[in-house]
Amino acid sequence: MSAIADDRPGPAIDIEALRKRLARGGEIWRSLDEIAGTAEFRRFVEAEFPAIAERLPAKPNRRTLLKLMGASLSLAGLAACSRAESIVPYVRQPEILIPGKPIYYATTLSSDGFGIGAIVESHEGRPTKVEGNPDHPASRGATDAVMQAAVLTLFDPDRSRTPLKDGEPASYGDFLKDMAALVSRWAASQGQGGALLVEATTSPTAAAQIDALRVRYPKLKIYRHDPLATPATEAVSRALFGSPLTPVYRFDRAEMILSLDADFLGEGPGRLAYVRDFAARRRVRDPSDRMSRLYAMESTPTITGAAADHRLAIKPSEVEAVAAGLNAALTGEAGDSRSPIDQVWMTALVDDLRAAGRNALVISGAHQGAFVQAAALSANAKLGALGNTVGLIEPPDALQVDGDVAALCEAIGDGGIDSVVVLGANPLHTAPAGLDAHKAFSSLKLLVHYGLYRDETAFLAHWHVPAAHELESWSDIRAYDGTRSLVQPLIKPLYDGKTTHELLAVLGGQFQTDPLALVRQHWAALDDDAWKKALRDGIVPDSAAKPVPVTMPSNLGGLSPAANATDGIDIRFVPDPWLRDGRFANASWLQELPRPLTKIVWGNAALISPATAERLKIENGRVINVASNGTSVDAPAWIVSGHPDETVTLSFGFGRKAGSVAALSEGHDAFLLRSAAEWMATGAAITPRENSARVISTQHHQAMEGRAIVRHASLEAFRRDPRFVRKDAPPSPKESLYPDWPYDREAWAMAIDLSACIGCMACVSACQAENNIATVGPEECERGHEMHWLRVDRYYAGPLDAPETLFQPVPCMHCEKAPCEVVCPVNATVHTHDGLNAQVYNRCIGTRYCSQNCPYKVRRFNFLEHQSFDKDEAGPEQGVHNPNVSVRSRGVMEKCTYCVQRISAKRIQAQIENRDIADGEVVTACQQACPTQAITFGDRNRKDAKVVREKSAPQNYALLEELNTRPRTSYLGKISNPNGRLAKPGEATDG
Amino acid sequence: MAEAGANSLDVMRGRHDFPEITGRIGSIVLKGRLPRHFWTAFFLCFLLVLLFLYSIIYLISVGVGAYGINMPVVWGTMISNFVWWIGIGHAGTLISAVLLLLRQPWRASINRFAEAMTLFAVAMAGLFPILHLGRPWFFYWLLPLPNVHMHWPQWRSPLVWDFAAIATYATVSLLFWYMGLLPDLAVLRDRARSRAAQLFYGILALGWRGSAYHWARYRIVYFLLAALATPLVVSVHSIVSLDFTFAITPGYHSTIFPPYFVAGALLSGFAMVLTIAIPLRWAFSVEDLITLRHMDNAAKLMIAAGMVVAYGYVSEAFFAWYSGEPYERAMMVQRAIGPYAPLFWLMLSLNCGVLQLLWFKRIRRNMPLLFAIAVAINIGMWIERYIIVVTGPSRDYLPSAWGEQSLTWLDFGILFGSIGTFFALVFLFIRILPAITIFEVEELAEEEGKLR
Repeated sequence: MSAIADDRPGPAIDIEALRKRLARGGEIWRSLDEIAGTAEFRRFVEAEFPAIAERLPAKPNRRTLLKLMGASLSLAGLAACSRAESIVPYVRQPEILIPGKPIYYATTLSSDGFGIGAIVESHEGRPTKVEGNPDHPASRGATDAVMQAAVLTLFDPDRSRTPLKDGEPASYGDFLKDMAALVSRWAASQGQGGALLVEATTSPTAAAQIDALRVRYPKLKIYRHDPLATPATEAVSRALFGSPLTPVYRFDRAEMILSLDADFLGEGPGRLAYVRDFAARRRVRDPSDRMSRLYAMESTPTITGAAADHRLAIKPSEVEAVAAGLNAALTGEAGDSRSPIDQVWMTALVDDLRAAGRNALVISGAHQGAFVQAAALSANAKLGALGNTVGLIEPPDALQVDGDVAALCEAIGDGGIDSVVVLGANPLHTAPAGLDAHKAFSSLKLLVHYGLYRDETAFLAHWHVPAAHELESWSDIRAYDGTRSLVQPLIKPLYDGKTTHELLAVLGGQFQTDPLALVRQHWAALDDDAWKKALRDGIVPDSAAKPVPVTMPSNLGGLSPAANATDGIDIRFVPDPWLRDGRFANASWLQELPRPLTKIVWGNAALISPATAERLKIENGRVINVASNGTSVDAPAWIVSGHPDETVTLSFGFGRKAGSVAALSEGHDAFLLRSAAEWMATGAAITPRENSARVISTQHHQAMEGRAIVRHASLEAFRRDPRFVRKDAPPSPKESLYPDWPYDREAWAMAIDLSACIGCMACVSACQAENNIATVGPEECERGHEMHWLRVDRYYAGPLDAPETLFQPVPCMHCEKAPCEVVCPVNATVHTHDGLNAQVYNRCIGTRYCSQNCPYKVRRFNFLEHQSFDKDEAGPEQGVHNPNVSVRSRGVMEKCTYCVQRISAKRIQAQIENRDIADGEVVTACQQACPTQAITFGDRNRKDAKVVREKSAPQNYALLEELNTRPRTSYLGKISNPNGRLAKPGEATDG
Repeated sequence: MAEAGANSLDVMRGRHDFPEITGRIGSIVLKGRLPRHFWTAFFLCFLLVLLFLYSIIYLISVGVGAYGINMPVVWGTMISNFVWWIGIGHAGTLISAVLLLLRQPWRASINRFAEAMTLFAVAMAGLFPILHLGRPWFFYWLLPLPNVHMHWPQWRSPLVWDFAAIATYATVSLLFWYMGLLPDLAVLRDRARSRAAQLFYGILALGWRGSAYHWARYRIVYFLLAALATPLVVSVHSIVSLDFTFAITPGYHSTIFPPYFVAGALLSGFAMVLTIAIPLRWAFSVEDLITLRHMDNAAKLMIAAGMVVAYGYVSEAFFAWYSGEPYERAMMVQRAIGPYAPLFWLMLSLNCGVLQLLWFKRIRRNMPLLFAIAVAINIGMWIERYIIVVTGPSRDYLPSAWGEQSLTWLDFGILFGSIGTFFALVFLFIRILPAITIFEVEELAEEEGKLR
């Protein structure tokens, strides 16, 4: 079999020998090659029928040959028709498909390898919108900003469309032919010299397939490359409990929470569930309601810190000392004098934690080192919280591997490995800087890359195979708590992409497989009904991992804080919240979605504190050189209030030039500075350069200027004066020149709970997906032409170095006395019978007077033609549009409609059924996505409507009510729960 | 340009006779032998006309995003250009109609080109609301047409009032101007040598024979039109100012705007009259017809209007403070120290500072200096309109939405293009029609006893 892989030309046909064979008679032959069993013939067979080729005996017998050739002749004709699509309308309507009515399917989207349940809306077979799956534990009906973009990446025109051999288009058959060669070689050598590079995955099928490969090729090496991996979690549980375990938190039980540099609201596979539980414990509507308290110590500003009642910014290298100090304080030992934490603060914190007892929760950042994580577990154990608010489960992403990409490069360097199959990862962009991955990978005899894009690794690879998008794939995946769920395709692969399972099957010698069958056979234990139910529900019932009972060793498993030499600048690496490690860099929605705290779009910056900026005499946008471990990166500086001093935060995901959208974006590649898989580095240096670089931010003013915009108070202040939002507020006018509108039926209204809002931007992303909102690119964003209908304003209050961060989502207020309505000369913005302030696009001539007169500045204008109307220019990206929402041309104004298309759909349904629209039936896109359920929407005319209950809360207020606009969108003032013993910075300002 | 007898304040100097006046004014048009620098200047203006056309085509084909506007400042130079041009258009009507009704004899030799200037300025101004639109090809939706759209314009919107006000003003100005031209067109018809000129002016003269009946009716109609035009001087810019006043945006929502806008219009209008008249009287050697008296009076009107404008600035700031509205106050502070502060202080120094020089008689009668001041006031008044348009929305209610707009090449292309087009039209007017009213100057000569 090894001859197959040989590239050398086959020996010339020995005519004399053939004559002798044929002279014996009986043999039927077609060509000299065929009868001679030459290498050329074998290659032909392998290319066309690799599955058969593997079974071919070295010397084919006549029967096999006839079968093969017959099939080849008929398939040769069929091959040309295989992609033909019928364009006639349905003669026989498929049972569930009604044109114009969307169908919803449950599936699961992956987030850094973990599953988050989703329900995807499909219009005539075209997925257009992702919603959360209420039954899925990791979603609970919510989505995050990144999940919304799944439909956009599906229709991304830059996706790899065809297999490439050495960069030239080739057929999948050719690829299988080469794989057949590889497989036969591995079969012969037990996988010697071969390696598989996988990314983080929790798929049980994939895990089983990889295990099967190990059995088949005992010498095959499996490496995992996940640039966002947090290996310390596993290491610490090994050290403490002897087996790898991962924590699962129960925020629904937590009363007192301490975050040790953990961004549990923004990062991690369980974030949506955590956010939901966290917000639910902080929902206060009545002075007697209780509320949890969150202390956050963090090494870079995150939305968790913004949500905290007490927040401390500490250098990354000091987190260990803080953790040690906490542990000491909990055991009653004297506090370490070196502790960077104020003793009063620590005492108050420890008292609070002790008081909460088993309902306390100490969380360490997953990126933190083993000691901090051990200290957090130990603190939980001391408080009795282990087993209550913290459970430990076997990690759902457990996969027995031989190492990471560094180990792989080393093995390649040693000459032990010559063929590598990369499944999904992009090591040439994301490998640590200390590693010359390019050199290692280019020395390979065979590099196969499988992925969605022709990325950096694909350019180097001998073979690149397009991957099927997760909305095109059959697969399975596990959630943060171990729950298994199925991934089902919403659409046939657009570009004949393959699933990971198909690729793994190919490596296992199964060349012709059905992507469904590969997953189905792993789930053979489910009968057809159970399988269908799992598909329909989006989860496999009762598949969550059970917490493992553990006992905490007293000595922290021998872990101790590293000696912290904190000279120089600390670097804190973070993944970009949307682009992650850069894999979503080609999704324009995500590029243009403002980052929660910095509001930066289309690029990243080196975040530093005001004090550090002052010391270095640098201003926003000044390019600084960050040097560490012999490498350095130039990045524009961005000053962030609340950032720890002498620390710089660099985010991954940018600096990529592969892909037409990614190439538009700016920013630096922080991977160039990462020497290994670490999340922080010490001893770095910052050198300001002379020049500046552009950093595009969508919000230029951070202070409320003393205006009562986000009204906020502490829980105590709320208990003293539940109507604190009215304090010092001017009386809102009651009279108007214009008569009130009559509402016979519905009067839609929205309430937004600012206590619940964590600023995660899921609503903005969902709004963009639902309403066909254009992205405009960096140049236009810089000029203030961005189009988001809904924005999340971020204000700072209090001192510059430790401000309070306040978020406020601002959609259209749908004013009762709308200033925009009276100034439009052509009646393009009008009041509807159900209270909406409607924008009629085809009546608008673009005077922009409405926006000029909108005090909330929520209107967005199509300054240029942002969406293509040219049929010939239309690419696959057009497929993502919601067919129920007009695509706007240039020159017209647009704005939030309260998702009028959803209201209309429900009204039609209700009218058909001759009933009123039920409360909660109409759900806006922002409301549906919101993980904290901060947004409530409904009919104000119904006494029992949830929105009416929300609006009757004492802290309900209308933004700029003194202008007599009478907004239908109102806010519930933010209530925080600071410890009375600690003076909270910013308290009583701006309130 | 040195003036002999600089202290003379006559509206006419020297002694003249009718044929001499008619000949001197008429020959500019009929002989067509204009000085070389006239055509050089026209050619330069024509280049700007080409720039204007290019900019307009670019703007319409690419979209309004091509010039500086953004969110939150969605109004930009198209609006400030509009207000500026409308303001310039005011002086013509004031000189012609109001001074006619007030029987100010000195208007006679400058009213014609002031009216022409009004017309061209209104023509320029009329373009800008259309160029401002996101979809300019639908501008006629603002008209109350018996329509297929199933709806009328929204009468509560000041833009609709605006549209009507400008259309009225343009119509009345055109009629008034044409009416005043009739006797002179007849003169040109009679003096024309070529058949083509005779036909051209003959048709335009509408059979004017100069009979006593004609003159009597002419008088009645002219005075009636003047009476009609006079309130328009006040109403047009008042209504333009309502575009701003009606909005709740800080910096827009102010009751001082109507009188303040009218005063600003007169200031910029007289500045533009001087900007044209000073080179004109020099280039065509009509310093004895358009005399220092005219220049002096125009300068006095400028300072009168300018002081009202300055009062407007003060009262705007005062009422922002006195209202106690945090938004108004913050906007006013931001106007003075915010991103547009340099423009704001430049505007103040030009419109209030430089203007004060006109208190001095010697400066008023120093033509190069007066010309420079007039140009400075024109610039200052453009900046004022820009400041008003952009600073309010850039600093309004929610600080999160604060932002500034910038100026692109297209903003300048269209502004300078429109200035060039305006002057090109003025040049064409001088070439084709008598820039000084022949019969009124003759009348004046007689009334002043300056006849030989």
